[in-house]
Amino acid sequence: MRTLRFLIHKEFLQIFRDRMLLGMLFIMPLAQLLLLANAATFEVRSARMYVVDQDGSPASRGVVDRLTASGRFINSASSASIALANEAMLGGATDVILVVPRHFERDLVRDQHAPVQFIVNAEDGGAAGVMQSYASRILAGYAAELSIKELPGNMMITGAPDVPVAGRATIDVRRRGWYNPDLDYADYMVPGILVIVVTVVGTLLTAMNIVREKEAGTLDQLNVTPIKRSTFIAAKLIPLWSLALLDFALGLLLAYFVLGVPIRGSLLVVFLGGAIYLVGALGIGLWISSISETQQQAMFVSFSILMTYLLMSGLFTPLRAMPEWAQWLAEANPLAHFTNLMRAVLLKGAGLRDLMHQFVMLTVIGLVVLTLAVRQYSKRTE
Amino acid sequence: MGSPSTAPSSVDSPLIVDGLGKRFGDVQALDDVSIEVQPAELFGLVGPDGGGKTTLFRILTTLLIPDSGSATVLGLDVVRDMWEIRARVGYMPGQFSLYPDLSVEENLGFFASVFGTSIEEGRSIIAPIYEQIEPFRDRRAGALSGGMKQKLALSCALVHRPDILFLDEPTTGVDAVSRREFWDLLHSLKESGLTIVVSTPYMDEADRCDRVALMQHGRILATDRPAAIGALFPHPLFGVRGHDRVALIRTLREAPHSASVFPFGGELHYSDTRTDMDPSQIASEVRQLLHAKGMEDAEVRSIEPGIEDTFMSLMGTASSTVPA
Repeated sequence: MRTLRFLIHKEFLQIFRDRMLLGMLFIMPLAQLLLLANAATFEVRSARMYVVDQDGSPASRGVVDRLTASGRFINSASSASIALANEAMLGGATDVILVVPRHFERDLVRDQHAPVQFIVNAEDGGAAGVMQSYASRILAGYAAELSIKELPGNMMITGAPDVPVAGRATIDVRRRGWYNPDLDYADYMVPGILVIVVTVVGTLLTAMNIVREKEAGTLDQLNVTPIKRSTFIAAKLIPLWSLALLDFALGLLLAYFVLGVPIRGSLLVVFLGGAIYLVGALGIGLWISSISETQQQAMFVSFSILMTYLLMSGLFTPLRAMPEWAQWLAEANPLAHFTNLMRAVLLKGAGLRDLMHQFVMLTVIGLVVLTLAVRQYSKRTE
Repeated sequence: MGSPSTAPSSVDSPLIVDGLGKRFGDVQALDDVSIEVQPAELFGLVGPDGGGKTTLFRILTTLLIPDSGSATVLGLDVVRDMWEIRARVGYMPGQFSLYPDLSVEENLGFFASVFGTSIEEGRSIIAPIYEQIEPFRDRRAGALSGGMKQKLALSCALVHRPDILFLDEPTTGVDAVSRREFWDLLHSLKESGLTIVVSTPYMDEADRCDRVALMQHGRILATDRPAAIGALFPHPLFGVRGHDRVALIRTLREAPHSASVFPFGGELHYSDTRTDMDPSQIASEVRQLLHAKGMEDAEVRSIEPGIEDTFMSLMGTASSTVPA
């Protein structure tokens, strides 16, 4: 125990003497959190819309006005030529093309429905889907408005056959998002981003740690001492673990006070989860450090593991959309469990009992990883 | 090696190495190495880089497991009793291996603490060394000069009062004055009863050891007192001087009884195959030969072979018998 204290003291001395390391630990993750919280959103604003109004009627102008008034679209160019509009799309000058065909108003009045064509550049599939759903919502609203104001009955604006603008079905689907009623992207993304930045910093720092002692030769010197393997690993883990937890706490403060993310559940549950999670996350770093001979190797291994983690965490693409084998694999991803846990506690107010699965998995992963790291760090070679 | 100065085996020997072998892939790093070191002896492992000295040290300090043979340090087996050994040996690796971002005092305090002791408890043994670097105790180890780094490393290896000290090429990259000081320190440590095993690629340092083992290609070529090692040289040896060294070397190599010719500092060392002939007579014959070939300023004198002469000679025969 006494040896452990001295080893930990030494680690802290080294950490607090390294300005670069301190910057990496405290400034970088928080700056990233602020930056990414604002950048990582699926919201589309001010998409450039090319208007081809062949009708030129009050009704057709109403369609354009409603779309631009929403702030989602700006009328970036207009002409009567679909060919010109297509050219603009090819050249990247516009994101969507709105075509209001001739006799739009007449058909609307006579048949109570009339098509408009809404062509979306789907190179970026995510954004295309979002823009399309904005447009159908806005147009449906306009249709309802018209039917109340001018034409009693169930008049509708429907899309052209290939690009439906609003469904012909009369089923009225009302969306109501629970726990994040405004579908605020920050509330949804920030807990996940916080987990990511703390994980990246923590894993990289621990991955560099033992291998740096290897490169400096100090590991040899330490190995010819009566320090036990588990003591050594504990001495490496505890300082970085506590700093990563502090990092996590600072990030949470920032998320609550600056980014306005709600904390509906118990902070105790969040920190209990964080404490267990970080043992596993940093344990992987230590394991990487033990298998690597140089800092460069450790860097490469860390990046490939972290990449897999991030992309399979469910933050960017929903886990349920993945094939079954990938979902099984995600069970071994501590990042996925902890991201789930964070969202459940912060947004939903879930308690310990609701999160048994996550807690069990995080504990199991932590124990396995730590055992691996201790075993891998052998004090001598064959 | 059968020389009279090798003491008989005894359980009291702080270091016994018996037929140690270690292979890394295609390289036989250690090949049937046997040595025995006496209490309070200053024992040198001398040989070129890649000779196997560091591998031997790593096995003796329990960092590496040998393929064959056995070794005991302080009567403890290097494979089985590694924890007891680690508490009782001092090791200074060849590469500077202290924390450059910690101060002199912090480094020393840290290594004392991991052995469960303190700078104060170890002070009496490290005092002669540590006093020289104590004025810089708040300086970071990375900012020390080569000589001071080495003194700090020695202090760290000694602070827990080890019973045997392993120093792997401690003077490599250190200036001549610091090297001499360092060897003086080793002598005073040895006087206090500490057993020291030190490796060096420098032949001139071998003379400062009680006994040395010459190592090359993972083998021990000879083990003896430095003076006795010189006596192992098989031929009469001569120092030859003259201004045209190239012509001298060529002529001496072609001389009828030439055994070897090596440049050695400012002169050439020439050995002659006629072991039963009076050296002064050989010297005058060689002188006449050189004068006859037009090198009138050539001087030839009979000299006593040193450890380096023996080593060059042994290396020559070793490399011709050992497939490289």
